[in-house]
Amino acid sequence: MAEMLEVSGLTKRFGGLVAVNNVSFSVREKEILSVIGPNGAGKSTLFKLISSFLRPTTGEVRLKGERISGLAPHIAARRGVVRTFQETTIFKNMSVRDNVVIAHHLRSKASLFGFFLGTGTAKADEAAFGASADEILELLGLSSLAEETARNLPHGHLRALGIAIGLATDPSILLLDEPFAGMNHDETMRMVAMVRRLRERGLTILLVEHDMPAVMRISDRIVVLNFGQKIAEGTPSEIQADDKVIEAYLGSEDEAIGL
Amino acid sequence: MTHKRNVKIASVVAFLAIVFIAVPAAISASGRIDLYYTLTSVALLSIGSAGVWLTFYIGRINIGQGAYALMGGYVSAVLVMNHGWSFWPTLPVAGLFCAAASVLIGLPILRLRGVYFAMVTLTLTEVARLLALALPITNGAKGIVSIPLPGALSIFGLTVIPDFAVLQNSRLAFYLLAVTVMVVCFAVMYRLVNSRIGKLCQSLQQNEELASSIGVNIAYLRVIAYAVSSFFGGVSGAIFAAISQSIYPSSFTVTDSVNFMLNCFLGGLGYVFGPMLGTLVLYFGWDLLFQTGQFQLLIYSGLMIVLMLVLPNGLLSLAEMTRKKG
Repeated sequence: MAEMLEVSGLTKRFGGLVAVNNVSFSVREKEILSVIGPNGAGKSTLFKLISSFLRPTTGEVRLKGERISGLAPHIAARRGVVRTFQETTIFKNMSVRDNVVIAHHLRSKASLFGFFLGTGTAKADEAAFGASADEILELLGLSSLAEETARNLPHGHLRALGIAIGLATDPSILLLDEPFAGMNHDETMRMVAMVRRLRERGLTILLVEHDMPAVMRISDRIVVLNFGQKIAEGTPSEIQADDKVIEAYLGSEDEAIGL
Repeated sequence: MTHKRNVKIASVVAFLAIVFIAVPAAISASGRIDLYYTLTSVALLSIGSAGVWLTFYIGRINIGQGAYALMGGYVSAVLVMNHGWSFWPTLPVAGLFCAAASVLIGLPILRLRGVYFAMVTLTLTEVARLLALALPITNGAKGIVSIPLPGALSIFGLTVIPDFAVLQNSRLAFYLLAVTVMVVCFAVMYRLVNSRIGKLCQSLQQNEELASSIGVNIAYLRVIAYAVSSFFGGVSGAIFAAISQSIYPSSFTVTDSVNFMLNCFLGGLGYVFGPMLGTLVLYFGWDLLFQTGQFQLLIYSGLMIVLMLVLPNGLLSLAEMTRKKG
């Protein structure tokens, strides 16, 4: 399988603190790779580095061989690395459908001025975005809520909407920031199924997550961080048997790693 | 859909008929010629407010529109007085000059949000006033006076607009000019807001980080919106200078900047035509309260506070509420 995303020697220092220390791994095409680790392990920083919201101190991130670290976030998004947010970050005062339609912006062929004048290209864009948005809403089970104002949605649907927004940008790799946080068992299971469906559509997924059982169920491979360093990498069963991982999670080992 | 469209067309036609036919007819019938000046001011101020409204639409509180109105007024006045231009070409030039200036100013300050942006723009008005006092070209505190009235505008030998100086009723002419420019500005705004650009602006207002992560070039969009906003400010300032035939450093002050903003609040930040209604109500409201003498400001401020508490989404939200109930 080809490599989609390559993280090599990535380091981020905040003053004296080394949040991410020389981390390397790669994500293969159509793979679901999870990054896990105890609180403060540097997961969120790593996530921001990959999505170009932060600039690495040293090291780099490559997408399909092209360097993307150090670009502005909207440029990285245009190259195909798109993130969703940990908290339910959406456009609160727009309808659910508008949220998804606007997220198609990346694909637009018409210029801003073209949209102002309402040129043929702009109209074609609008129609295509509408159709694609409806399809995405259908896929994520949000069709019935399309006209609802986004801030009125229940928690689980908000998360789905966040993913719908990410999907609308037609990414090469979708970065999910704690997609299961704060969800009960049923919601988590639904989300697991949803993420799998995305992969079946040919998407590569990198996710950062706390919820161990869900991670063990969903991931092809797992990367474990502790104190900013990668301490293990492998399939879920390899990770569950890894001494260093068990040590890192000591105290709540059995439950936390899903044994 | 077609029904909605018909209603829209009908209301536009009705609006145009009122401002271009009914109002002049009513004024000439009643003989209240002074109302022309008042309504012209309302039209011009609403153009400036429209600009401020657009910056609100990208999530920025703009208390600096006075700076651009002043700048536009001076650009037009200097071109007419020192370089012998006719008034008409100075109008777009004043707008473009302000837009260009706002790009330079906006690039650094649009990174700021919330109260920080508001404070910088507030200072901007004061900086503009001080610059007007200090620069040689603006003629200091004496200002630029006895600016000639706009001359005739001919295209291919055809006189499109007559010379304002030979007109019997130059007040009517200024009224028609201001209202025409206002209609064009609001048409542009309406189109902006109802095209994808409006949605993109909303996405900025609601969450810049997310907008950025879905590939919106937020810095670019912010500057564009701010430039359009300042263009409006410059145009309204230029016409003001032409009407009063003068421009002083104190023509637009911090108070005016604050009023531009209040007009938007009062009309409603969610409605394109909010600034227009807000300006009308605020301008006439202030004048009506004149009879209360020393209590004018007290009553005025009190009413504003109550209005903001009761109608946080502006006067136009009333229309929406009744529609929902009905």
